[in-house]
Amino acid sequence: MLQLKAPLVDLNSFVFRGKTSVPLEDPSALDSTDKKQLRMVGVDVESTRAGTFLQFDHAPVHCSSARAGVEVLGIQQALERYAGLREYFWRAIDPQADEFTQAAFQEPLHGGYYIRVHPGVRVTEPVQTCLFIKGDGVGQNVHNIVVVEEGAEVHIITGCATAHGVNSALHLGISEFYIKRGAKLTFTMVHQWGKEVAVRPRTVGIVEENGVFLSNYVLLKEVRSVQSYPTIFLNGPGAVARFNSVIVAPKGSHVDTGNRIVLAAPGTRGEIVSRTITIGGTIVARGEIIGDAVPSRGHLECKGLILGEGGIIHAIPELRGTRPGVELSHEAAVGKIAQEAIEYLMARGLDEEEATATIVRGFLNVEIMGLPQELRESIDATIATLDSADAM
Amino acid sequence: MLRIENLHVRVGGKEVLRGIHLVIEEGETFILFGPNGSGKTTLLMTLMGFSGYEVTEGRILFKGEDITHLPTYERARRGIGMSFQRPPTIHGLSTRSLVQLCARGRAVDVEALARRVHFEHFLDRDINAGFSGGEIKRSELLQLMAQEPSLVLFDEPESGVDLENMALIGRTVRALLDKTIDPSPEMSMRDLRRRNTTSGLIITHTGYILDYVNADRGQVLYQGVLCCDTRPTRPRDILDHISKYGYKECIRCFN
Repeated sequence: MLQLKAPLVDLNSFVFRGKTSVPLEDPSALDSTDKKQLRMVGVDVESTRAGTFLQFDHAPVHCSSARAGVEVLGIQQALERYAGLREYFWRAIDPQADEFTQAAFQEPLHGGYYIRVHPGVRVTEPVQTCLFIKGDGVGQNVHNIVVVEEGAEVHIITGCATAHGVNSALHLGISEFYIKRGAKLTFTMVHQWGKEVAVRPRTVGIVEENGVFLSNYVLLKEVRSVQSYPTIFLNGPGAVARFNSVIVAPKGSHVDTGNRIVLAAPGTRGEIVSRTITIGGTIVARGEIIGDAVPSRGHLECKGLILGEGGIIHAIPELRGTRPGVELSHEAAVGKIAQEAIEYLMARGLDEEEATATIVRGFLNVEIMGLPQELRESIDATIATLDSADAM
Repeated sequence: MLRIENLHVRVGGKEVLRGIHLVIEEGETFILFGPNGSGKTTLLMTLMGFSGYEVTEGRILFKGEDITHLPTYERARRGIGMSFQRPPTIHGLSTRSLVQLCARGRAVDVEALARRVHFEHFLDRDINAGFSGGEIKRSELLQLMAQEPSLVLFDEPESGVDLENMALIGRTVRALLDKTIDPSPEMSMRDLRRRNTTSGLIITHTGYILDYVNADRGQVLYQGVLCCDTRPTRPRDILDHISKYGYKECIRCFN
């Protein structure tokens, strides 16, 4: 079981100071390789967005909002302007939770975003944020806060990536989400890291009465190690949370990730769906739904495919009910592509590679995330390269 | 169109087909009868080139070309199409997308084709997910209409189909074989006839399908060999004999 433990990360081997870039008034002035890298993770500095936040290494370089009622600020700026954000800053997450949360608390804070959507404001275009690591050996420590006020609605796309040529880096990220009464947050995160990058995000969200939290997580490329376990508390009656994750682990990747939903009020519902593929990497696919109130319903589904040799998928779905009347269920499966399915498609004229790609695309089922077209296309393109290069 | 010469096939180490000779001409529909386990499905699977069906002797010619060892998709691209009896479910692949894939880049009006088999409400469902017997048949026919094969292999088109659906399926099979799926108005009857080059190989137990298609010839497959190949045989007569006397009697009679 030893290889299932996440690789050790030595905090001392990363640089936590001094990597700041000059502010970027016009993000479309970025050079084309960076732009391309950002587009791959859903961040498009040339298309219409309700707001944009960009951070390079140790400092924010750009924040802008194109919509009234949408605030996009760097976290330090927001802490100054709003007297330390006492209601929100380190309120959902305990600084002592674990080694990396402690480190995030102690190391110098490099930035991160504060996004607040004012009551009743429904934003149709997404707000995009990007946490970009450009320097080799950089340790990045960010803190993000999202507040969606009563009756407001927003889709935030967060792209996390390393620049071309960055080998090793560490990303620590604290994210706290506050979804007020009747508000809805769709949070899409696309990760594209480098070979030796370690990632330790710590995320907690609190959803009030009739609030909705939808999360999409996409990780398709190689990374040394990701370890994360976002937790959502459905504290208000009628609140809903749904997580969709699509994870591919090539050789050399260790991905230990899952989602937890706490059904803490009557009438709450939670769903966790993950699709994982290993192509030689290790995936620990976790998930936990805790039913502490009635009525409440939760369903957890983790499905994994092992392609090629050497990969491991360890699915750990957990359910905990503490009241009579909770309804919790889960299904988990780890398997391979059925030869029968490949031959069925081959009988329609698809060659083996096309058939495999079609089945893998269907399995990952990115469609259900309802992403903007250009992001979906970029994800489809990435999936297509996976198939031909590594899958079979 | 199709010529099978002395075909021997092993499945799981056991010889299932023991020297099949069969010719199906252009535009001809051939009916294959036979009891369970006689090797009918094996013959279709071998023609399609699936794994696990090992040709130990003989060969298969399609439009004059030896396809005995071609991969499945090459056979499909050359014009062989098959209707599956128990197709697999593929999650996340909509019926619409698969029908589109069957057309291999040709423009097809998926909605219009789907309406022909009353399947337009299934287009966004994952392919074969929870489909009933009749729905599977309609989905298979829809895919074949988009694929436009010149030889269609049907494995029991009537199995699991209720009477109401049987008429629809029968008519669609007929249209597929007659190439009247998409008759364009500007085409003369002569052109239409010239287009009529689709051949069929149909396995049937019940013979219901004979009410709908113009079946030219038929034979009985029994213990891995085709019987009654000495004279042209009408599928109706074979069916009558089978229902009256059973397979053993039928073989004695026709030999």
